[in-house]
Amino acid sequence: MSVNPDKEALIVRIAEIIIFELKLEDITPESFNPDLDLVDELGVDSMDLATVVLVLQDEYGITIDEDDYPKLSSIRLIAEYIKQKQAS
Amino acid sequence: MNTVSSLLDDSWRERYRRISALNIRSSIYDVTNQCNLRCRGCFFYSSQEHEAASEEMDLQKWHEFVGSEKARGVNLAILIGGEPTLHLDRVAAFYQTMPTYCATNGQIKVPRDRFPDMMVGISLWGDEEDEKVLRGKNTFAVSSKNYEGDPYTYYLYTITPKQLGRIGQVIRKIDDAGLKAHLQLLTNDEQVDGYSWTEEKMRDVRLEMDEMLECYPQTVISCKYYHEIITTGKMMGRSFGWSECPSVTESLDNRNPRPKRLIRFARWASDLKTQHRCCTSATRDCGTCKDGAAHMSWVMVNKREHLKSAKDLQNWIEVYEMFAKLYRFIPW
Ligand code: SF4
Ligand code: SF4
Repeated sequence: MSVNPDKEALIVRIAEIIIFELKLEDITPESFNPDLDLVDELGVDSMDLATVVLVLQDEYGITIDEDDYPKLSSIRLIAEYIKQKQAS
Repeated sequence: MNTVSSLLDDSWRERYRRISALNIRSSIYDVTNQCNLRCRGCFFYSSQEHEAASEEMDLQKWHEFVGSEKARGVNLAILIGGEPTLHLDRVAAFYQTMPTYCATNGQIKVPRDRFPDMMVGISLWGDEEDEKVLRGKNTFAVSSKNYEGDPYTYYLYTITPKQLGRIGQVIRKIDDAGLKAHLQLLTNDEQVDGYSWTEEKMRDVRLEMDEMLECYPQTVISCKYYHEIITTGKMMGRSFGWSECPSVTESLDNRNPRPKRLIRFARWASDLKTQHRCCTSATRDCGTCKDGAAHMSWVMVNKREHLKSAKDLQNWIEVYEMFAKLYRFIPW
């Protein structure tokens, strides 16, 4: 499998934002499983997501609609969402 | 870092999934400013909220308003008052549109042919003696006849400090009437003599609430963690109050930092324009507030806080399940 360095860096950066904004402990951006379900497994709720979304919007110059929150259920899906938004 | 899977076994995980999928968005509506009782300690009258706005009399406006609330994302209407059953057409406007809970003093029966499965919560303020002092009559005598055996009705039993040692008698009567009971505590808004809580009484009432749950598990819809939270006002080392309360109307919430809160929550007056500060009285001292729903919601919005251990997360699930049962999102 080929590794896309851009995407890998994006995933690590999103993990960093989530860890910082949600004050998660005992986890590093590098060890954060990008496929972990944030809602089902970490108990992230819509208010948490809104906090993270504010930072993502600023950093990546995109607008994230609240209706799209269900699409942002893992770090990998967030990365794909950002890529798509930037491309459109 | 703890995850849900690392903390829960299969059966707890299933319970967690079931409630996580619910995504309840509630708001509260004053259906009317009128009531057929005048209870001492009623926050609605003691804080003059019945005069905060004049009632909208045009039924069509109620229908339009409910439609706009649904569009705003509300999926649970909690109807209070005054006494909502004095205006059943307004109640119907909600019931026809979204899951609806109607708080009532039970003196008027909600016609079940018109509202077959609407959840009804009957207020009860203690035994006969307390009810006469605080509400001027023994409301239970009428409400228990009106709703006997009704599967979509429960008593919202507000325990007063004078009830200590006698809660079991009330629960037994509710059980005999074939109904369920949920427990909450009186906030003595009108400073009625002898009805204020002390720390010692809080300790005692917690034990008695736990005992009721053990003795009447089919009747009492509650859980021990809720008893702990509401009697101590503490959760995970934090204290309940204005800076933590989740049940503040969103558009009026100017707290900074903003705590975890109910998304889109609002409490509307019966003019359908005015909003009240929170789910209960705007003049209430948050430091003494014992509002049961606000305490429950406080736990529910702080889900990630409860990922510290399996026991904490199980406690969170039990509180959420209790809430979901009380508003008919899951069966008893
Ligand atoms: S029945 Fe309810 S609304 Fe009416 S006076 Fe009593 S507490 Fe207030
Ligand atoms: S009175 Fe109670 S429900 Fe209202 S804001 Fe204060 S703590 Fe919250």
